Amino acid sequence: MEKKIYERPHIVRFETGMPGKFGMRNDLPPTTHIDGVAVSELVTRFGSPLFVLSENSIRTAYRKLYKAFSTRYPKVQFAWSYKTNYLSAVCNIFHQEGSWAEVVSGFEYDKAISNGVDPRKIIFNGPAKTREELVKATENGSLIHIDHLDELYLLIDVAGSVSQKPRVAIRVNMDTGIYPMWDRFGFNYENGQAWDALNKIMHSGKLDLMGLHTHIGTFIMSANAYAVAASKLADLARSLQQKFNHHLKYLDLGGGFASKNTLKGSYLPGSDTNPSFNEYAEAISSALINSHFTQGELPLLILETGRALIDEAGYILSTVIANKRMSTGRRATIIDAGVSLLFTAFWYQHQITVAQGNSQYREDTSLYGPLCMNIDCIRDSINLPLMNVNDHVVIHNTGAYNLTQWMQFIHLRPNVVLIDEKSNAHIVRNKEDQDSVNGNEMIPEHLAKFE
Amino acid sequence: MKINQNLAVSESGFLFNPGTGESFTVNPIGAEIIALFRKGMTQDQVIDSITDQYHVDRNTFEKDLQDFTGILKTYSLLKQDD
Repeated sequence: MEKKIYERPHIVRFETGMPGKFGMRNDLPPTTHIDGVAVSELVTRFGSPLFVLSENSIRTAYRKLYKAFSTRYPKVQFAWSYKTNYLSAVCNIFHQEGSWAEVVSGFEYDKAISNGVDPRKIIFNGPAKTREELVKATENGSLIHIDHLDELYLLIDVAGSVSQKPRVAIRVNMDTGIYPMWDRFGFNYENGQAWDALNKIMHSGKLDLMGLHTHIGTFIMSANAYAVAASKLADLARSLQQKFNHHLKYLDLGGGFASKNTLKGSYLPGSDTNPSFNEYAEAISSALINSHFTQGELPLLILETGRALIDEAGYILSTVIANKRMSTGRRATIIDAGVSLLFTAFWYQHQITVAQGNSQYREDTSLYGPLCMNIDCIRDSINLPLMNVNDHVVIHNTGAYNLTQWMQFIHLRPNVVLIDEKSNAHIVRNKEDQDSVNGNEMIPEHLAKFE
Repeated sequence: MKINQNLAVSESGFLFNPGTGESFTVNPIGAEIIALFRKGMTQDQVIDSITDQYHVDRNTFEKDLQDFTGILKTYSLLKQDD
């Protein structure tokens, strides 16, 4: 006789009371396939846990954001934020779509060069550029965004030792009505630091002032903050026109657009509450078009959007290691992907679905990773179908920051796979082995042996 | 194991305890286990019966049954034999 499919026995008591104001459906269907490839096949071929990236999702997001801006503003340029995800395969998708590179360190700068980016299309941000890096970026004609006065003076000094004139912008921080106000990057607008720095640059005659940059924060839930930022940059540009008859080539509004992830503590999902691409585009474009610029004067608008372009393209596939019950009676499930791979679990309530046949029964579960650390909690509380050991789960919206901020802790880091537009899966970063960790270590001779 | 014999269990998995007025929902395999206990089966007999019928190894089911009976005890639906 054919045996029946097994599901864990489950009982739940009916609770009566007022329904929650924010009661929503949470019985998401299983994610059996990603871009046409079966999750079970991916895990069998490439192991578990596994990072999966969707090329189709990346290109779709890019084109959607570009359309939102290019239909509202005449000159738009995106620069891919390397720190968000600097796997070369990912960077090159953005470069194929037309993105420049936005880097924040010498490591990222060299990576963009080795990816084949035209150095004149690299924006060099970041608060810690060395003299050698500034010389290299100057000689290459890259766009250097000056973060502080020490860097400004250093760059003026560098300008005296190289034949090219550094192409620069300053980074401007400002009050855009949001909290917290980011004031650690660049020169402040309100207290006049930014205007002072611009005067120093113009009077030095050694730097080619190309534009202005701001990065007002991250995961900005108010599109209007960008309108304020754009207006303030436009005001600085007008002051430069009036005083020096200097016309800037570009205004760079940085990054910070929210993805569709749900921040911890939110009642409603991010997909419902976070501003859309159109809302951001409308705020920024309207502010610039309504400013003093005449039609022919409108500067190039640069955006360094990272998170909102890549978050939804990333998945982590993981496997159930164990089910257990906590002292309070709560169900807990341990999976093989922890916070060492999913740094963003500290910020987001990641959407998680099962990857196989869905049980109609659900239970409130705490989802823990495999680390021997109490903080290794992927979700404090999530309503999931009944899962057995060796079942798979899919963690959604993991494309931003996790592949740059992940850490090797206790376990080796897994394969990263990209699914192309024809549903072919490619490894774009190999899983680590013992040598990946131990290869750079050296043991002094007196410590080489022991009884 | 001694199951509360007053429980009303519907075919669709609705369970009512007239002693406390509490209602529960139980999945089909859970309802089957409760029915087996009501017939007076021991824990080992329940394990034999379920592992004969379902795609599950003995260790996995024994662990899940232990968890399930723990919850039944918490809800006062099941008592440990004296």
